[in-house]
Amino acid sequence: MINVIWAMLAVIGIVYAGINGTMAEVNRAIFQTIDDSVMITLSLMGVLIFWLGLMKVAEEAGLLRALAKAFRPIVTRLFPDIPRDDPAMGYILSNMTANMLGLGNAATPMGIKAMKEMKRLSGSDEASRSMITFLALNTSSLTLIPTTVIAIRMKFDSAAPTEIISSTLIATAISTMAAILIDRYFYYQRRKKERHI
Amino acid sequence: MISTWFIPLIILLILVTATIKHVPVYEKFVEGGKEGISMAISLLPFLVGMMVAIAIFRSSGAMEAMLTWVSPLAERLGFPEEVLPLAVVRPISGTAALSVTTELIKTFGPDSLIGRMASTMQGSTDTTLYILTVYFGAVGIKRMGNALKVGLLADLVGIVASIVVVLFLFA
Repeated sequence: MINVIWAMLAVIGIVYAGINGTMAEVNRAIFQTIDDSVMITLSLMGVLIFWLGLMKVAEEAGLLRALAKAFRPIVTRLFPDIPRDDPAMGYILSNMTANMLGLGNAATPMGIKAMKEMKRLSGSDEASRSMITFLALNTSSLTLIPTTVIAIRMKFDSAAPTEIISSTLIATAISTMAAILIDRYFYYQRRKKERHI
Repeated sequence: MISTWFIPLIILLILVTATIKHVPVYEKFVEGGKEGISMAISLLPFLVGMMVAIAIFRSSGAMEAMLTWVSPLAERLGFPEEVLPLAVVRPISGTAALSVTTELIKTFGPDSLIGRMASTMQGSTDTTLYILTVYFGAVGIKRMGNALKVGLLADLVGIVASIVVVLFLFA
């Protein structure tokens, strides 16, 4: 699916640019974006180094294990494939905590580290069940307080910039629950198919 | 204001606990941080590929054309036409979504129904394509399984939920 989407984005774009006469813009965008993506990766590298270093210290200090222990009843149900005392649990929980607090730049490194731990557990190059669940949670967003949106609302003189916290919380809860259910549905579909083979 | 305290306090908590437990903190920090280099390098091809494809799609004008195509259909389904561009762009591109949100809030006002819908949509879903690219890319996983399908379907639920919740709470 990702192969098709990726190719389609570029192919449709180029064909459309031919019809629309925007080929010059496409050319500029290609080379600009190559530069941009390297810059994004570089700044992400700094953030990754900092948080992975700090989380290593937290892991050695037993803080990740304590976090995993505190939320064990919930996470073992969400991630039945991960052994309960595995460091992967600690990283998954730190990612979720950072996301909830709106610390996006700390959440990404912890999430990537969690993915790496899950890859160690599955020992395969293919996405594992836990990885898909984990990403479903992340893409549906776990943010409790949408700080960026509140800032934009303040900039445009909202009478109540924070009033959307309530609607955002409800929408987030619904989409997160949907993500968990959809993920489960596809997982059982996969299992059914495997059994028939 | 409290949020400026979060990160320094987390750092403080980690370093104090580790020092009490005799963890060689600096050595462990450097050891763990090293991993970040290889992750970022491994991420590069995924990010360059995905961002360039999205840039071609956007800069050609195809993204806008797609919106004018979809909007009559959305309208028939009772979907508010003004927030449709945001709904379509949100899972694909984070920067594009943020500029659409800002534009909507600016045009319709932050306290209008459209402004509230845009705010809620922006806050309650995330950029699925970017997250999958970065998380799978950094650990070198090419076969995503059902992750994309699950992510996009959850986005759809989130977007519809945003509209319904705003109508319910504010209309």
